[in-house]
Amino acid sequence: MNVLDYLKGKAWLTAVLLLLGLVLLPFMVEASLGKSWLRILDFALLYIMLALGLNIVVGYAGLLDLGYVAFYAVGAYCWALLASPHFGLNLPFWVILPTGAAIAGLFGVLLGTPTLRLRGDYLAIVTLGFGEIIRIFLNNLNAPVNITNGPQGITQIEPVTIAGLSLGKTQEIFGITFSSPHLYYYLFLLFVALVVFVCMRLENSRIGRAWVAIREDEMAAAAAGINTRNIKLLAFAMGATFGGLSGGLFASFQGFVSPESFNLMESIMILSMIVLGGMGNIYGVILGALLVTMIPEALRYTGDLQRAVFGEVFIDPADLRMLLFGIALVLMMLLRPAGLLPSKLRRQELAEDAT
Amino acid sequence: MNLLSVQNLCVNYDSIRAVKSISFEVQQGETVCLIGANGAGKTTTLKTLSGLLPAHSGEMMFDGKRLNAMPAYQIAALNLALVPEGRGIFTRMTVLENLLMGAYNRTDRANVQREINDIYALLPRLAERHQQQAGLLSGGEQQMLALARAMLSKPKLLMLDEPSMGLAPIMVQTIYSIIQTIAKQGITILLVEQNVRLALGISQRGYVMEHGEITLSGASQTLADDPAVQAAYLGEL
Repeated sequence: MNVLDYLKGKAWLTAVLLLLGLVLLPFMVEASLGKSWLRILDFALLYIMLALGLNIVVGYAGLLDLGYVAFYAVGAYCWALLASPHFGLNLPFWVILPTGAAIAGLFGVLLGTPTLRLRGDYLAIVTLGFGEIIRIFLNNLNAPVNITNGPQGITQIEPVTIAGLSLGKTQEIFGITFSSPHLYYYLFLLFVALVVFVCMRLENSRIGRAWVAIREDEMAAAAAGINTRNIKLLAFAMGATFGGLSGGLFASFQGFVSPESFNLMESIMILSMIVLGGMGNIYGVILGALLVTMIPEALRYTGDLQRAVFGEVFIDPADLRMLLFGIALVLMMLLRPAGLLPSKLRRQELAEDAT
Repeated sequence: MNLLSVQNLCVNYDSIRAVKSISFEVQQGETVCLIGANGAGKTTTLKTLSGLLPAHSGEMMFDGKRLNAMPAYQIAALNLALVPEGRGIFTRMTVLENLLMGAYNRTDRANVQREINDIYALLPRLAERHQQQAGLLSGGEQQMLALARAMLSKPKLLMLDEPSMGLAPIMVQTIYSIIQTIAKQGITILLVEQNVRLALGISQRGYVMEHGEITLSGASQTLADDPAVQAAYLGEL
């Protein structure tokens, strides 16, 4: 009997197996691929949160945001400033994380307010500018008063500490040794579960329908009684909050932030996760985030491969992997334009365009 | 009693004056039509009443409240519903989701569900397709959906913008009989139409609009008998 057939209709068993798999995954990854892949896995979880946040803005409400990384930066710098020797502060994570997420959400409203009348290309340009403004501010706010420490960034950021247990160090719990990336993996997994839960609830809610309605026909949506201004701002704010949340977690995990981490390329990567996986579909977005984080890392091995086959490295893997990644995206757009796991909505839309 | 009264309303698109100081009123329970050729300002008038366009000057009163400068969502909350030109359904949402958008401001879920069931009983085509994308419906079915969606907002005044547009003659008959059913329930209707004969046929009173101004008004039967109206809109010489 097929295992998959057996699992059908046994939702709780599937859930238990999935949970078990997710709990054991870091052990398997660490044993087979090494510690660096465990860190990549952690980053993949962060990007899932980011992609799901951007998916609210782009996938549901249809507002093309090319400056999303700005909210990631705001969350990261909030953590960095409130828990590092830079200002001599070290607040507990349950204070900093909500603060960072809330401030990022506020920035979302700040970006949303002047762009309410814009759509499509025009909105994309303004949001792109906003992303750059934040990065340039971070780069230059070291004079006259040193707030962000400029291009050098902020170092020695405190890791997350839960009940006296620092996630920044290797810990021994019940006789099992957990490395720092291993501990962060569980923390991130918890937050991903939270974000996924919120997104699922939103999708089939009154607010979720209002977002889609605005995307479809803003005038008809207004005539149906939707406060289009507030509902759009809510999309920006919610997306930004998730961005700020993952930014804070990123800062604590990395121990170091600098403006360099928050350039336009990051925004584009997060957007390609959504587009690749399937805009508007939670599972698609998760798959997209995993692939876009992992494929470029896996392509690093092309260097070893070249050495094994040709005896020397002809093309620097760093150059090659962006090329291969680009080709993969182009092929994807040709073969599956609605994404790997498209939402019902998008599939419909693209089928309509084709006719 | 006047449910809706419009006094000296002017609407401009930048420097173009689309509606030039029109005045009219709609009384509780009646069906009133606003007829005229393309570009006469009929749609502009309805959009302004819904808050989708700003009024330049004049007064709009609905159910004792002043509509000027009120945002669209607040006007919708006063139970003034618009079925926009071209139907304005959300094509990539399902039929059911479209209906739920009509009840967006309502909190009495049990009643909404019962009314949706009533609609399904009345319009079985919508029931069959309630999980399908609304964009896959035929034009007539989309118009039915638009009407049903507006009805779910429990309107005191239902404003219909060219419900016959782009429909086959047989479907126009069906839509108009649905509109008459709605009118019989006591819902006040403001109907905008280019199909003058149809509009005058189901309304009690009418206003004729030309180049942004109201040029004629009166009982629908009187208008239909008016030689000027006959010559201009009913194709009789």
